[in-house]
Formats: sequence, C-alpha cells, structure tokens
Amino acid sequence: MKLIDHNNILHHTKPRRKRNTTFKYLFLAATLLSLVVLAILLVRVLYQGLPYLDWQFLNSLPSRKAEKAGIYTAFIGTIWMMAVVIPVTFILGVGTGIYLEEYAKKNRFNTFLQVNISNLAGVPSVVYGLLGLTIFVRALHFGTSVLAAGLTMSLLILPVVIVSSQEAIRAVPKELREASYAMGATKWQTIRTVVLPAALPGILTGAILAFSRGIGETAPLVVIGVPLYLAFLPNSLLDQFTALPMQIYNWTSRPQEEFHALAAAGIIVLLGMLILMNSVAVWIRNKFQRRY
Amino acid sequence: MASSNGTATISVQKLIEEKKKKQSARKMEKIMPILLLSTATVSVLTTLGIVFTLLFETFTFFGDVSIKEFLTSKTWYPFSDPGHYGILPLISGTLRVTGIAMIVAVPLGLASAIFLSEYASDKTRRMIKPILEVLAGVPTIVYGFFALTFVTPILQQIIPSLEIFNALSPGIVIGIMITPTIASLSEDAMSSVPNAIREGALALGATKLEVTIKVVLPAAVSGIVASIVLGISRAIGETMIVSIAGGSTPNTGFDITGPIQTMTAYIVQIAQGDAGYGTTIYYSIYAVGFTLFLFTLAMNMIAQWMSRRIREEY
Repeated sequence: MKLIDHNNILHHTKPRRKRNTTFKYLFLAATLLSLVVLAILLVRVLYQGLPYLDWQFLNSLPSRKAEKAGIYTAFIGTIWMMAVVIPVTFILGVGTGIYLEEYAKKNRFNTFLQVNISNLAGVPSVVYGLLGLTIFVRALHFGTSVLAAGLTMSLLILPVVIVSSQEAIRAVPKELREASYAMGATKWQTIRTVVLPAALPGILTGAILAFSRGIGETAPLVVIGVPLYLAFLPNSLLDQFTALPMQIYNWTSRPQEEFHALAAAGIIVLLGMLILMNSVAVWIRNKFQRRY
Repeated sequence: MASSNGTATISVQKLIEEKKKKQSARKMEKIMPILLLSTATVSVLTTLGIVFTLLFETFTFFGDVSIKEFLTSKTWYPFSDPGHYGILPLISGTLRVTGIAMIVAVPLGLASAIFLSEYASDKTRRMIKPILEVLAGVPTIVYGFFALTFVTPILQQIIPSLEIFNALSPGIVIGIMITPTIASLSEDAMSSVPNAIREGALALGATKLEVTIKVVLPAAVSGIVASIVLGISRAIGETMIVSIAGGSTPNTGFDITGPIQTMTAYIVQIAQGDAGYGTTIYYSIYAVGFTLFLFTLAMNMIAQWMSRRIREEY
C-alpha cells in the first residue's frame, strides 16, 4: 500500500487549487484593466485629435474659429516657462541633495529638513498655486508672468528632484570617495570630480521625469492667473504667457465638439513632449547606468 | 638626497602657486557647505511660505466670516449678498469624489499589486510596471478631458439620469489615476515580506492565494494602508479632473449623479473669474486652501507613520 495517495490529495485539494487559479486570473484581469484604460485613452485622443494635427495647428495663433486655431503661443509659452523651471530646480534640487547626503550631520534640523521635503511632496498642486499667487504675483509684483509661473512650478517639482538626486548620490559607492580622499583630494573636490559625475545619470533621469510633470501641471497655472489663451508671444521673463495645458483646458471647457477635437490635438502634442522626455530619461538611465 | 635638493631649487615659484591653489581650495571647502545649505533652506522657506500665506489670508477671511458659520453652515454661496460661507458642501463634494475614487482604486490597485508581487514572473513584472507608471504620469488635464468627453457619455447611457457634470465620472477617473500609486507602493510593501515566511506556508500545503491572503497581506498591512491613505490624499487634492467634469454646484448629501463642487474646484473657479483683490470671496479661496492643506497634511503624516512601521518589523 502506498503511503501517499496522490490522486486522493489532488481530489481533496481541488476546490482550493481551483480558487487559487480563479483568483490568479482575477488579479491578472485587474492589472490588465488599467492597461486597457490607458490604451482606450490614447486611441480615443488620437482618433479625435489626429485630423486636426497638422503644420498649421502647430503654427497658428489661437482663434475663435476651430479650423483656424493653433497652439503656437501656448507651445512657445511652455518652452519659456521651462527655461525658468529647469535651471532653478536643477540648482536648488541638486544642491539640496548634495547637502543632505554629503554634509548634513544627523541632527534635529537635518531630520526636520528631510521630513519637511517628504511632506512638501504631498502638498496639492493647487496650494502651490495659492503660494505663487501670494508671493510671486502679488507680493513681489511679478504679475502673471513667465517668471512667476516658472518659480511656482519649480517649487512644486523641487521635492521630486531633491529626492531623486539624493538617491543617485547615495548610490555612489563609498570606495570611490575614499580613493579620492586617499589621493589627497578635499571634500568638495571629491564631490565635484568624483561623486557628481558618477551620480549625474541618475540625477538627470529623475530631473527629466520631474520636468515632464511640470509641463503637464495645470492647476497652479490657473490659480496664479495665467490666461487661457493669448495671441502674442512673451519677449521677456516678466511678460504674460500661456502654456499648453492652459490652451487644452480652454478648449476642453467649451461645449462645441470641434473644440474638443482641438483639445485632443493639443493633448497629442503634450503627450508627445512627455513621451519624448521620458524616452530621453530612460535612454540616459540605460546608457550611463553603471553597477559598481 | 641629491634629487630632492635639485627639485627644491627650481620649484619655489611652483610652491607659491601650489600654496595659492591650496588656499583657494580651502576657501571652497568653507563656502560650499554654506551655499548648499542655503539651497536646502529653500524647501523650508517654501513650507513656511505656504503655511504663512494660508494662515494670514485665512485670518483676514475670518474677520469677515465667523468661524462657526464656516465650519457648521450647510450653504456655500459666496456670490449672494451677504455671501454664505459654510464649507461643508465643498467638503461633502470632495469626500464623495474621493469615496468613488477609492472604490475604484483600492480593489484595482491591490489586485494589481498582488498579481505583480505574488503571481507574475520577473519578466512580466518588468514589462507591466513601467506601463503602470506611464498611467500615473499622464497629466491630470488629459484625464479631465477623458472624463468629460468619454466616461460621462458612456455612463449616461447606463444611468440616463446622470447629468453632464457629476461626481461619478471624475470619481472613477481619479480612481484610475491613483491605481498605479496604490499598486506600486503596495507591491513594494508586499515584496519586502521575506520569502522564508512564504515558503514556510507553501511547505505546509497552502496555495498561493492562501499564502497571499493569510500571510503576505497581514505582514504587509501597514505599507498597504499607507499606500491607500496616500491615494486618499491624492484624490482629495486632485484639481483639474473635478473642475472639468464635476461642475460648480456646492451641495451636501449623497447624490453622485448631479453636479458638485470640491474644495480644489472652488479655488480654481474663483481664481479664474475676477473676484477682486481684497474682497471676501478672494480671501475665501485661502480659507478653503488652508482646509485642503490640513486634510492632505494629516493624510500624508498618517501614511508616513504607517510606512515607517513596516520597516521596523523585520
């Protein structure tokens, strides 16, 4: 007589194994559902917007007539705003990252700094809009300019840049630093010539992802009062401007069907920019990522 | 030694130069930490800026409106004369949208997390996770457009009484938007449960489902709850989806088929219109913003506290 009756075990565990399989497919279905929604969203936007997406759309001023309207001012406005956001967040974010990882001793102030940064990351973007409105637009009299919007957006994405630079700097192995000290380099020399170059790909990857978030953010721009559309381009940092998401918001809020198609075309341009930036980030990560 | 004598004679100038270099290097050593510290203080200044502007303007607001009315009145109608400022309708709208979002996001997010952490192969996981991240990176204005022009018309065919602006459609879309957040954070919490525990249960004859429900989920519970709380915080603070698809009618009650207004949508509505600087309506957006800030701050603190707990466990 066999001690273990395989068939008997299979028979007795059948309902349990069946439940396991059923749930496995349920979990799989839930995972796929999110992906299906993403696919529907993309197909829908492409279907609606592609007929309107041509050279004229990219090159025209906004207009009351749907067939003449374009995103030229909004597109250029977004680039102007990024011209403020990129240097400001990069300097502040990487600087803070270096400070926290290399210089900060474990004391109360630095713990507070770290907790504060993770709390800032959870503040809703509309609240940053209120901050920008009060400080940059009203108190410093920048008006609803490129500068005011750019600084507001910088503060909004700053926590993300700080955290990703911290992670990149932390990933640089201790041996590299010690080798540099052994050669007689000072602390700042070590950071500048050894740590930063090694961490740069990671920092850039995180920063680009943060920038692409800044491009798509709408709420703070609405709150500080960036106009929904504008027929001229900014000439300086203190000029008014409009941005891509604002133009899309403008078209979405109108009831007419053809403006919704324009919004979809604008969304294609916006998503195109985001995909481009994300691919650059992934490319940097794959090309320069070294394992020590 | 002869050779060292030789070098010493030629390099006096070099020595001077080197000393200068060393001095400037020493200067950099002193300047850089201070410079870097000053960049780090910007984030503290940002927090102070947020708290003080909100507090200050909210105090001005309470000069015109009593705190009691703000907290207990059930009418939010700032445009009448005198205006009515009871924040309950805005909170009610916010909570309705958040509730719907969580009904969508919690099961979807948890199921995805379970699939990715317990069932999926390494290869599948590496394929699906980045796509989920794309979903989280889609700008909210795009989701708002999607809610208004796609989800609402479809829902109207199922529920004929559904109005164009309603709580249901933005709620569902916000749920889809925060699903990746919950999935990814819960997956992290579940993956950090040590394999030995899983293997122990499997060796006793448990199926994967039983291991997941009876072993992994309880072990990862604080991380999972943290991810859900963070999702709630995100849903409360979401702005563009609700302003586009939710309408601008503040009301209390449980109706989700009619137009509503959330705290964020109110701020956007007033900021867009021309509420004159210095009017009570103008200050009201700060009072609402402050309430919103307190809500999300509390949620974020709870989430951080919960996720710190899981790290201590093993």
